[in-house]
Order: sequence, then structure tokens, then C-alpha cells
Amino acid sequence: MNMRIQAAAALAALAFTGMAAAQDVTGAGASFPAPLYARWAADYNKATGVKINYQSVGSGAGIKQIDAKTVAFGASDMPLKDEELAKKGQVQFPTVIGGVIPVVNIKGIAPGQLRLNGQVLGDIFLGKITKWDDAAIKALNPGLALPDAAIAPVRRADGSGTTFIFTNYLSKVNADWKAKVGEGTAVNWPTGAGGKGNEGVAAFVGRLPNSIGYVEYAYVKQNKMTYALMQNAAGQFVAPDDSAFKAAAAGADWSKSFHQILTNQPGAQSWPLTGATFILMHKVQDKPAEATATLKFFEWAYKNGDKTAEDLDYVPMPASVKAQVAKLWASEIKDGSGKTVAIQ
Amino acid sequence: MSSTLPANEASLDLRSLAGRRQEMSSPPPAGRARTGAVVDRVFGWTARAAAVLTLGLLVAILFSLVVGAWPAIEKYGLGFLTSTTWDPVTLEFGGLVMIYGTLATSLIALVIAVPVSFGIALFLTELSPAWLKRPLGTAIELLAAVPSIVYGMWGLLVFGPILATFVQQPLQGLFGNTPVLGALFSGPPVGIGILAAGIILAIMIIPFIAAVMRDVFDVTPPMLKESAYALGSTTWEVVFKVVLPYTKSGVIGGIMLGLGRALGETMAVTFVIGNFNQLDSLSLFSAANSITSALANEFAEAASGMHQAALIYLGLVLFFITFVVLSLSKMLLARLRRHEGGRA
Repeated sequence: MNMRIQAAAALAALAFTGMAAAQDVTGAGASFPAPLYARWAADYNKATGVKINYQSVGSGAGIKQIDAKTVAFGASDMPLKDEELAKKGQVQFPTVIGGVIPVVNIKGIAPGQLRLNGQVLGDIFLGKITKWDDAAIKALNPGLALPDAAIAPVRRADGSGTTFIFTNYLSKVNADWKAKVGEGTAVNWPTGAGGKGNEGVAAFVGRLPNSIGYVEYAYVKQNKMTYALMQNAAGQFVAPDDSAFKAAAAGADWSKSFHQILTNQPGAQSWPLTGATFILMHKVQDKPAEATATLKFFEWAYKNGDKTAEDLDYVPMPASVKAQVAKLWASEIKDGSGKTVAIQ
Repeated sequence: MSSTLPANEASLDLRSLAGRRQEMSSPPPAGRARTGAVVDRVFGWTARAAAVLTLGLLVAILFSLVVGAWPAIEKYGLGFLTSTTWDPVTLEFGGLVMIYGTLATSLIALVIAVPVSFGIALFLTELSPAWLKRPLGTAIELLAAVPSIVYGMWGLLVFGPILATFVQQPLQGLFGNTPVLGALFSGPPVGIGILAAGIILAIMIIPFIAAVMRDVFDVTPPMLKESAYALGSTTWEVVFKVVLPYTKSGVIGGIMLGLGRALGETMAVTFVIGNFNQLDSLSLFSAANSITSALANEFAEAASGMHQAALIYLGLVLFFITFVVLSLSKMLLARLRRHEGGRA
């Protein structure tokens, strides 16, 4: 009996020292980058033995958790404004880029055949354009046989970063949209059916004839959905792919602030519905060891994670942005005594 | 009978003999009586604590709901219940759309489920051949164990298209121009919306109601039924004049159990209701939203503040609706009982 208790105590002690030796890190937030963070965490664990726990709870919940300091880092698809960050004493930095793609289900129309611009896309989701053979759509698609059928708009029912990118873009390019609906992770949709998650929207669009919806790039690619070409700020019609997302990210000025929303970026190649996903951390760290471990993980991911990201259809950050993020880590994130926690 | 009695006595005798043999090696009976009293008291306290804990939890939940919803209660008061605006961008909230959706889908579910369940229970207890009773009863109980998300997926991918092609389109063709029915059946016949959600809910609650009804029908004393048959009653008369009056409190209990499930069901509804926060038509085919579906979709991404408070307010409203439904059923039962007393 006694022996067994001793053995258990020894085991517990062993477990404790084991935990202390390799600092575990917990993060929570956005679901959009969750598959990537999970893969990064698994690869990182294999390489270093450090465990990264990422809880995919949604951006809003992630922000709440980092505010309450229950996690080492939060993740959000919607960048926080610089004033808000300053008020909370937090910093943010982007990890990867993704694109939001309008997808349609019209009989006889193949991927990349339909051309849309922000004005028309906004009017469709406002319920102002209700037929596929509307003059405004025809004007963008001369020679394409569009049916005389009612458009069935489909959008996200749950609050999401995808919706934020979509509505942010429409607010920039469609004045009526800005006045009536606005932007946010959830908005007051004037029309259309709501699907839960990307998979819900993809299922609706796949099932409803003459429907239009918007999903993340990975869903378009994996399900071979019928995407539409979008007219960007330079007036060019572009197809959604890695290079178009990268072009949009390169057009932004990351040097002053990481609060960059990559929708409607200039550049002939830029995909207009692009967005980055962000990590939030406190500037002053109560637990410097955990903060160091967190930064080490993201440093490793920036260096070794690009291939994984591309495999999962995310777009890695350009090298110039990564360098700026590293500078931010060194200069802004400190422990209680003002010493930087990043490894130089 | 007479031959089994002695055997019974013999076995009793054997047991008491064994008991006596045990007593010789156990402590004196006085000590056992004392420990028995202590054990009894401890058990009594534990049972009381369990009951009090339940009550305490209920009060605590109600309290935390009110606290969480307070900003919204303060701002909107009871106007929340009659306003149809749900705009997370401008932070204007009203719950009528969701309240209507919850009540309408549950009502449709009951209208379909109660007669069907009654038929199932009637068949199983009165009409079914003996060999079919067990497998059929088990099959219905198994239906109750299917996870709700499975019903949701099935509703969206399989049932929705069937409903659209074989029910909604013919109904629109038949009644499209009739004044009242036409309005009820207007809108795009896409197989999602209030009607679809109501039918899915009906399928989900039928096993509950049917199982309870079958069990209470089964406990009707055979003597009562046989007396009625002996007087020349038909099966129909026996069920309506003997079985149903005898079991009505159980039947109502079963219906209320089903209604409670329908009011609170989340995942299945969210898949097929369309999650549309506008109340611009009373059509059964139009997409709508329910309280639980709105909570499930928006809570994770809702920023703290008014949006979250409004969602919690919705939760409080659902709590209240359930409470009212339960109280009404209790009152109904009490009235029925009083009526019975008067008659006797």
C-alpha cells in the first residue's frame, strides 16, 4: 500500500517536472485558421516536444479569452483597430492569408465563366438584383447565356471572419450596402438563406439551383465549386488563386500598422476579397516563459510552416511582412520588468 | 397455485436459515440497528441535498441569465419581444423573428407528431400482432437515440429536396392564387424554412411522444378494457372512452415532453430553417430563425456587450416560454382532474 502511494507520488512529480521542462502553450480563437494551427502544432510537437493547444472557438470567443488572460494567445479573423489594441495593451500580427470566393450554381456555367463586380455582388445580396439575366449582370458577361431564373442568395448564418471579409468588401465598393447593411462578422442580412459554416453554405449552393454564396478558398478548391471571376480595384477580372491573394497582401502597407484589411487592394493581379488572420497577445506578459514559448512556436511556423499552409490552401505571409512581425515581437512584447521575451 | 406456495415457503425458510447462520459470526444486532439509523439519516440528507441542489441550480441559471441579459433588458425592456430588427452592425436587437420561428416550428411539429404518435401507440397496444410489438417498439425507441445533427444533415441533404419537389411545388401550383393559402405557400420552394424545420422536429419528437403514450396505454387495467369490450364496444370506442380518459395525464405529459424537446432543439433546426432574421412574410416556405438556432450560430462570434446581452435575453425568453408551457400543462391537468371529481 505504502509503496504504491510512493510510486504514485514519484510519477506525479515526474509529470510535473516534465511539464515544467517543456512549456505548454494554449491559444484560442478563429476557426478559419484552425486546421492549419492544428497541423503546425502537431509538426512543432514532433520537432521540439512542446505542446501547443489551440481551441477553435471562434474569433469573438478568442478575443474574450485573451482579454481575460486565460490563454497565451488569441486568434481573430478580424483585425482589431490600433486604438482598441492600445487600450487593451495587446499587439496583433498576421499569420496567413486566405480568400473568400463567390460561388454559384447555374446550369451550364462552368468555373470561372461568370464575371461579377462589387456593385453587382452587393446588389444581389441586397435583393435589388433578383434575376440572373438582369441587365447589370449581362453587361459584365456579354455572350454568356444566363437563365431567366430567380437568384437564391446563400450566406453564413453563424458569425464568422469570412462574413467580415465579404461584408467589408461590399461596404467599400457598394454605397447602398454600406448604408443599409454595413460590415461585421454577423450582419442584418436583407435576403437569402443562411448555412452554418463553410460546409453549410457549400451544401446550400450545391443543392439549390440558381444560387450564389461565398466560401473560403479551400472549399472551392476541394469541392471543385463553380467560382466567379471578380473585378478588382484596378478594373481587371481575376480568378481566385494563391498568386492573386499574395498580390493583394503585397499591396498593403504593413510597416505602420498590422491593422490591414486586404479587401479591394490595388494591383492588377489582386483578388479583391482577401483577408489575413491574426494572433493577439498581451504586451506585458505575466508568464514570460509561456510568452517565449508562444513566440518560438510562431517563429518556427513562419520559418518552416509555409509548405504546410500551402498544402492546406492557405497563403503564407510575404517575407517582408514576416520580418516586420519579428521586429514587433522584439520591441513590443515584454515581461513585467520590461525585458523582451522574444529570443533574439 | 397450491403447489407453488409450499415451494415458496421452503425457499423463505432456507433464506432465514442462512441469515441465522450469518448472524452468528456478525456483531450484535443492537450495533447494526444504530449504524442503520445513521445510514438512514445520511441517505435522507443526501437525497434532500440533491433536490435542493436542483432547485438551487435552476435559480442560479435564471439569475445568471438575467444578469447577462441586463444591458439588453434595460435598453429594450419588453419591446424586445415585439421588435423584428436584428442588426449586429448597428447593435439594434429585437427578438420577435426568433420567438415566432420557435413557436411556429414547434406548433407544426406538434400538429404532425401528436396524431402520428397516437396512431403508433394505439397500434402497438391494441392492434399489433404480438410478434411485431417488441421489434416495432424497439425501433421507435431507437429513433429517439439518433443524434439531432444527423436529422439536420438528413433534413438538409435528403429531405429538403424531396419536400421541395413533391410537396412545396405542387402546393404552390394548387393554391398559388388562393387568397390566404397562397400567402401561406408563397416564397421560393427550396425545401428549407419553417415548414421543413417543423416536419424535421415532428420526426424527432414522435419517438418520445409515442413511447410515453404506449407505456401509459399499456398500464390501463385489462379488466376495464375487457368490460367495455364485453358491453359490445368497438376498439375505437374502447380507446376513446376507456383508455384515453384513464391515461390522459400521461398522454399530456408525453406531449409536453415532446413540445419541450421541440422548443429546445438546436442543431437539426439550424440546418433546415434557413437562419433568416427578417419577418417579411408569414409563408410556411420562407426561411426564418429560431431562438436556439440564433444562439448556436451567433454566440461564439458575438462581441461582448449588447449583441451578447441580446442573445442571452433570447435565452431568457426561451426559458420563460418553456416555463409557461409547463405551467399551462400542469393547469390543464389540474382542471381535467377537477372536472373528473365533479363528474364522480
